[in-house]
Amino acid sequence: MSDPTGARNRAGLTRADYDGAKTTLCPGCGHNAITGGIIQAAFEAGLEPSKVAKLSGIGCSSKTPAYFLGRSHGFNAVHGRMPSIATGVSVANRELLLIGVSGDGDTASIGLGQFCHLVRRNVPVVYIVENNGVYGLTKGQFSATADVGSTQKSGRVNELMPVDLCAIAIELGCGFVARSFSGDQKQLRPLLKAAFAHRGTAVLDVISPCVTFADHEGSTRSYAAVKEHDAPLHEIDFVPYFEDTSVDYEPGTTREVEMPDGSSIYLKKLAADYDPTSREHALRAIHEARAERKLITGLLYVEPDLPPFEQELNLVETPLAHLTLEQVRPPRRVLEEIMEELRTGRAPGGVS
Amino acid sequence: MGPVINDFSIQVATVNGSGSQTANGILLRAIFQMGIPVSGKNLFPSNIAGLPTWFTIRVSRHGYLARRSASEILVVMNPETAAEDVAAIGPGGVIVVNDQIRTPPIPGDRFVYHVPMAKLLEPITTDVRLRKLVINMIYVGVLAELLGIAEDEVERALDAQLAKKPIALALNHRAVRAGWEWAKSNLEKRDPFRLERMDATARSILIEGNTAAALGAMFGGVTVVTWYPITPSSSLIESLGGFLEQHRRDPRTGEASYAMIQAEDEISGIGMVLGAGWAGARAMTSTSGPGISLMAEFAGYGYFAEIPAVIWDVQRIGPSTGLPTRTSQGDLAFVHGLSHGDTKHPVLLPASVADCYAFAMKAFDLAERLQTPVFVLSDLDLGMNVWMSEPFAYPEEPWDRGKVLGEEELAKLRKFERYRDVDGDGIPYRTLPGTKDAKGVYFTRGSGHDEAARYTERPADYVATMDRLARKLETARTLVPPPAIEQDESAEVGLIAFGSTRWAMIEARDQLRAAGIPTGYLLLKALPFTAHLAAFVGRHRRVYVVEQNRDGQMADLVRRELPGEAAKIRSITHYTGLPVDARSVTDAVLAMEGAPAQPPLAQGAAR
Ligand SMILES: Cc1ncc(C[n+]2csc(CCOP(=O)(O)OP(=O)(O)O)c2C)c(N)n1
Ligand code: SF4
Ligand SMILES: [Mg+2]
Repeated sequence: MSDPTGARNRAGLTRADYDGAKTTLCPGCGHNAITGGIIQAAFEAGLEPSKVAKLSGIGCSSKTPAYFLGRSHGFNAVHGRMPSIATGVSVANRELLLIGVSGDGDTASIGLGQFCHLVRRNVPVVYIVENNGVYGLTKGQFSATADVGSTQKSGRVNELMPVDLCAIAIELGCGFVARSFSGDQKQLRPLLKAAFAHRGTAVLDVISPCVTFADHEGSTRSYAAVKEHDAPLHEIDFVPYFEDTSVDYEPGTTREVEMPDGSSIYLKKLAADYDPTSREHALRAIHEARAERKLITGLLYVEPDLPPFEQELNLVETPLAHLTLEQVRPPRRVLEEIMEELRTGRAPGGVS
Repeated sequence: MGPVINDFSIQVATVNGSGSQTANGILLRAIFQMGIPVSGKNLFPSNIAGLPTWFTIRVSRHGYLARRSASEILVVMNPETAAEDVAAIGPGGVIVVNDQIRTPPIPGDRFVYHVPMAKLLEPITTDVRLRKLVINMIYVGVLAELLGIAEDEVERALDAQLAKKPIALALNHRAVRAGWEWAKSNLEKRDPFRLERMDATARSILIEGNTAAALGAMFGGVTVVTWYPITPSSSLIESLGGFLEQHRRDPRTGEASYAMIQAEDEISGIGMVLGAGWAGARAMTSTSGPGISLMAEFAGYGYFAEIPAVIWDVQRIGPSTGLPTRTSQGDLAFVHGLSHGDTKHPVLLPASVADCYAFAMKAFDLAERLQTPVFVLSDLDLGMNVWMSEPFAYPEEPWDRGKVLGEEELAKLRKFERYRDVDGDGIPYRTLPGTKDAKGVYFTRGSGHDEAARYTERPADYVATMDRLARKLETARTLVPPPAIEQDESAEVGLIAFGSTRWAMIEARDQLRAAGIPTGYLLLKALPFTAHLAAFVGRHRRVYVVEQNRDGQMADLVRRELPGEAAKIRSITHYTGLPVDARSVTDAVLAMEGAPAQPPLAQGAAR
């Protein structure tokens, strides 16, 4: 996947420096396209690989961190529990950029609880759900995001309401919620770059067809079905703070969202007006789209200024993992005072 | 009958949520301040208010701190259990009754004191709610007068406990005094029980095991703490939170050198710890049996991926409702092998509050040195009851962060392989995320990895990993805390115990010696076993493993460790939910020594 031009980004790296191991997924799997998108976006954003940690749960999707950013530490955890790992890594080293990859089974079923609580805490993670409506790795069972009326290869029809991860994330106060399609790199890449710049949980629910178990007629997540129903909300451009590109748009056509780091997201209106800063608006759009069997994609909701978890915890600047013994072991005097309190019965420092 | 001095137990029978905790604490501390060895056991229900609760205070001039199965002095404050409570007091015992509580007729050979508690309260406060709380101070005053607790010691204990609440303090003072004065002028002391000053506690502290563990964790340099509330573990985390808040926050900026996170469940709790440990923080979580059950998958992941983590299990009895607030040592085997696949975890076994403090630090060093989850097995008795102890020593050693390669060390290496046994001790080197040198990068996953952390399903690679992990556990034997051993050259009988069972063992050995059976004694402090075990068992003809679970889990582990000696190993178990008492142990040993062929069936069941 290397870039033949060998161009270097601001980290002094080529696109090939962001490659990982060779994929072992099925040829044509949507997940591979997302991997490609992550590599390209990381290259364009000039990410420092040593400052990135890749995390995942279990599933075909969760295998993919091995296939991108081979120069970053990676952690392929257990099924549905990547959010708790991410939380631990994040508080231990607040300087890292966490890229988490999960599947719809991994996030919407076994991991739904952890997902919700990660979002509630606003742990800074770029949380990518590679959503194919099935359990790929266990051979095609329905996942909890399968649409009502979608069929399995065997013809079985899903009758259960799907879990909409974007709606849940918005409901729980997430400050960056996007939906995209693995086949739409033009949309996915700026979304990923904007997510990298967001300090807080960024949820990207990326529809990603499973060519082996869900690409048949009757599946609402086949390439054909997704292409037919895809309804992008806007055209997206991301201009990082370090590029001083001036973007000219006709007045009234484009909305700019400024990120705290000075980067900007430009959303160019396509059909109707869409306000990505209104929670109510976003939730209504999601509900309407479902009723109309449309797949709306784009930046559904953004609120870039929410305090991330480390701020909530009021952590010291230095990553906790780097603190020295002197910084974490109180002096002898403190122990002596506590011992004296315990000897005399004066209330100790702890809650009694 | 002559006086009985400094050697008896007092039981206060009350209901939870009634405020008796404060009163009992003051009694305990006042006796402690008189220099008399004392211990307290709170037997409480899983409930917030209104269910029966008992608090037992044992005074022992010999320094025995274990629970005794019977008490000599009873305070009756709970009408619901009055009949049962009174029936448990034997001839010669003392019964102090709130005179509004009706008891069945009490035989004449007990000393009964009826106290008009409600009436004594009338002049003190008209507030009904306050009366309910303060009434407990009446029995403190009455007992103080009856037993001869020095007046100034009660006052001092009261002042210490309530110094920050002047109104409550004054009220409680008056109630104590009312009980005292009433007893002085109305009770004729007929019973033989008395307290007299000793000099056995001057330097000691009083502390709960969970508070001790919290202190150890703080001085051990913990930076990430996760938890999900559960009795009897919560107080460990809550006191740790208090200490950290006070001593690990910059007073100017308010910035914290730690993260404390209440997780959504224990799966998440251990997941956060593993994530933090992987990224290089000193991380711990604390829970009890139900939480341990939820951690099973991640525990195995930590073992295979080789990530440091410290997990406290403050043990209680079995699942769900029933006896969740009673003590047990029933998690031992489960924790040692927690998870699917071939897993084995180091387990530390604190036997005292001092161990809780020391092992809280040691557990971090071990987890980071061995790069694996380390469990610390405490229990409700140790964790939530108040214990006398020598004061804790400040750690003189620096911490051991284990084999972590920094940038400089990495730069000197030609290549880095995450899971290579470079030193032959089974412990590989690791790097932390954030490492700049690209050769330090690796990808972490569960069971399928080769020496360079590459994905593999090759049988030979898997076997190599498993054999190295086994080697690592052999190394662990040389690093875990060794057992405490007391030899007796004349002893044919050896006793083995661990954890809070220790306190009954001290006393049981004295009882056995008095009965003509000298014993050798090995107090285990950790799994895997150290070399001391084989030597100890080898020295004795018969070895009794004493523990607080039904099936003799430790006895099984000892037999498995020493198959050639298995015939020597006998099991004594106690599993009532109440802390084991010495007499149960002594009687069981005596019975088996008398009839060696008899298997020790259901020893605890009857008690
Ligand atoms: C605790 C546990 N239960 C079940 C499994 C089996 N399992 C592996 S992957 C998977 C589903 C993955 O589905 P999804 O997250 O949608 O990923 P996909 O393969 O579709 O990308 C399941 C159930 C497991 N690994 N762990
Ligand atoms: S089974 Fe489906 S999800 Fe898994 S790799 Fe193949 S196409 Fe992708
Ligand atoms: Mg899936």
